[in-house]
Amino acid sequence: MGRRGRIALKVFVWVVCLAPLAILAYRAWTDDLTANPISFITNWLGDWTFRILLSALALTPLRIVTGMAWQMSLRRLLGLFAFFYASLHFSVWILLDHFFNWSQMAADIVKRPYITMGMLALTCLVPLAVTSTTAMIKRLGAANWKRLHRLVYLVAVCAALHFLWLAKVGRTDQYVYAGIVALLLGLRAWDATRRALRRRRVQAPFSSAPVGRTMS
Amino acid sequence: MLIRRAPQFRSSEITPERFYLDRRAFIAGAGALAVAASERRADAAPAAPQGAALKAARNDAFSVKDAPTKFESATTYNNFYEFGVNKEDPARLAGTLKPRPWTVKVDGLVAKPKTFDIDELLRAFPLEERVYSLRCVEAWSMVIPWIGFPLQALLKRVEPTSQAKYVAFTTLLDPEQFPAQRKGFFNLGGLDWPYTEGLRLDEAMHPLTLLTVGMYGHVLPNQNGAPVRVVIPWKYGFKSAKSIVRISLVADQPKTAWNIAAPSEYGFYSNVNPEVSHPRWSQATERRIGEFRRRSTLMFNGYGDQVASLYAGMDLKKFY
Repeated sequence: MGRRGRIALKVFVWVVCLAPLAILAYRAWTDDLTANPISFITNWLGDWTFRILLSALALTPLRIVTGMAWQMSLRRLLGLFAFFYASLHFSVWILLDHFFNWSQMAADIVKRPYITMGMLALTCLVPLAVTSTTAMIKRLGAANWKRLHRLVYLVAVCAALHFLWLAKVGRTDQYVYAGIVALLLGLRAWDATRRALRRRRVQAPFSSAPVGRTMS
Repeated sequence: MLIRRAPQFRSSEITPERFYLDRRAFIAGAGALAVAASERRADAAPAAPQGAALKAARNDAFSVKDAPTKFESATTYNNFYEFGVNKEDPARLAGTLKPRPWTVKVDGLVAKPKTFDIDELLRAFPLEERVYSLRCVEAWSMVIPWIGFPLQALLKRVEPTSQAKYVAFTTLLDPEQFPAQRKGFFNLGGLDWPYTEGLRLDEAMHPLTLLTVGMYGHVLPNQNGAPVRVVIPWKYGFKSAKSIVRISLVADQPKTAWNIAAPSEYGFYSNVNPEVSHPRWSQATERRIGEFRRRSTLMFNGYGDQVASLYAGMDLKKFY
């Protein structure tokens, strides 16, 4: 892909990622936020946080399955948009839902497992966002940076639990989201195992040393 | 006696004459934007009640002073799982429910079991309007001007026997009229249909327990449980069964739909209680629909003076 193509792709991702916010603003302007606007806004932002997070997490499995690599340059952009929506989702909870009732929010974080999971997911996203710059990658070193950014797997699991535990009986979309998280993480695990086995096969003829490690 | 006129529209909703006279120009000018906007809102409920008007005097002794929730909110933000799990599903899909003809069978441990035609039920007992607050277990609330009569009037008519200890309500079972009653794979999205609810006999006989046939001066909209439902204002909203076809007096505590689905979350009593949390969220506060700040939830939804004695000596943390 040429430079033009890369720019067009990034512009496209920007537009798609900002569209939910534009739609929300339009619905607010046309007084179309349902009878319970605060709940609607919270759910809307939460849904889009999860969707963008899932699309960021889908880039690597897409490479594993298809061998295509052009999409890998979108990881940072999608990851930062997921953080952006998560921050908005959280701000609405503080500002509109609880209106700075800190004691009640603190009690909820401790006592309500789904809120604990949501807080944990957001907290884990913060260091990822902070270290997303190229300068930071250099400062940390590629290996350390990579290790740190595996936190996103924990974020995905927390997000899935957050949704599973808050959804009421009768809903089904929380299972779909959890299933996609399982699929995306499962594909990575499968790929890592496959590569480790291949490495072992390649190493074995040349070395008589015990093969204890499966991953380097 | 004060006969209240049904609220139909506010003066603020009347179109000024100059706009009315200029309406062609206005329509042309508004153009595509207005069309797009109106199409978006086409499935939304009207801002004012429709359907047959019901005359009923307000019973102030049984009414709260709070301003009623906007009619549009009360008819577009509903939990009625027979139409789907989303709040907007009932308003969108309730057209399939046919509230006429309709009968309500009152049977079980009674001396005079009887099946009432809905229109007979409307005439048999004097209707009154009561403004109750409605607290949903999901921590939101509304204020609704209901029209109905005390359930006790109906129960006395059929003469419960001394063995009758509980009252069981059954909602209509008909997948043709209630699309969500059609079971998909594993019935993931559903409750055990038909929807069932229940009360202890003394709760059912309490003067606050209202057999309800209307709201906002008109017959019940389909999405609010037409043609007849029960309203028990000191309990979470799901106790107030909708579209009732059967009321049975029984000896043992009846099985109830939400209790079957999630027994640790929804107890048989389900009295509004700010001190007993739902396992997943606090019940200490609620959002009144139409208000910005949360308000404190009151014990028994503010009806403690009238109903607390029903539960004297009971551990309400255990019997949640």
